[in-house]
Amino acid sequence: MPKPYIRKMPATWWLRKRAYFWFMMRELSAVFVAGYCVMLMVFLWSMKQGVSRYEDLLGWMQGHIWTIGVHFIALVFAAYHSITWFNLLPKVIVLRQGEEKVPGIYLVSAHYVAWFVISAVLICLVFKSH
Amino acid sequence: MAKSTGETVLWSLFAAGGVVAALLIPVLIFITGIALPFSDSGMLPSLERVTFGRLHDLATSLLGRLVLFAAISLPLFHCANRLFHTTKDLGLHGARGLVGFICYGGAILGTVVGGWLVFTL
Repeated sequence: MPKPYIRKMPATWWLRKRAYFWFMMRELSAVFVAGYCVMLMVFLWSMKQGVSRYEDLLGWMQGHIWTIGVHFIALVFAAYHSITWFNLLPKVIVLRQGEEKVPGIYLVSAHYVAWFVISAVLICLVFKSH
Repeated sequence: MAKSTGETVLWSLFAAGGVVAALLIPVLIFITGIALPFSDSGMLPSLERVTFGRLHDLATSLLGRLVLFAAISLPLFHCANRLFHTTKDLGLHGARGLVGFICYGGAILGTVVGGWLVFTL
């Protein structure tokens, strides 16, 4: 098989156009999402060790406020992933009702509603008072 | 270009992970990374302090375990796929085997460790 031709590109090609930059930010969101999955495992590990280790972790985060800042940045990137993912859905999934194509906006809206409901339910489950 | 079964599986995991990450990861980051440490410190008085027992009960309910396992494993495969393909776009054309091993191997390792944590919690 012939060797594929690879055009040399500087590694900073994505800084040249706004659209390329946002594409790269979307890809970068994967680093934050994967990083958070690891953090979630650390969180669960502390819970597994019992209440004192769990409180040690929370206390350490409170004492190192940058950890909450990093979580906030990760939240912004994760939300950017959600928005780009939902908005792309009509290009991947075409729903039909009989002969008619269902407009993509319904599919997108349904996912935004699900995102909102799931988030609200989880926050209420954890924080609602009895 | 014809895709192998393995590639189809990886792209399915990419799609499933994309949906799960989009729906669950932002709210989980908010809960475990921002709201719980803040509410515990009393800095946000409107957030009630959540007891460990209550959090543990939630995390160890059947639904809690399934949600946590899905939220760890599937997004890791989604991210592995993104990183694998974006490293190529950034000029890392060689060592695809090694990069793939690190990306997808990391996702498999995370699935095993995450599954163990979630189901033995």
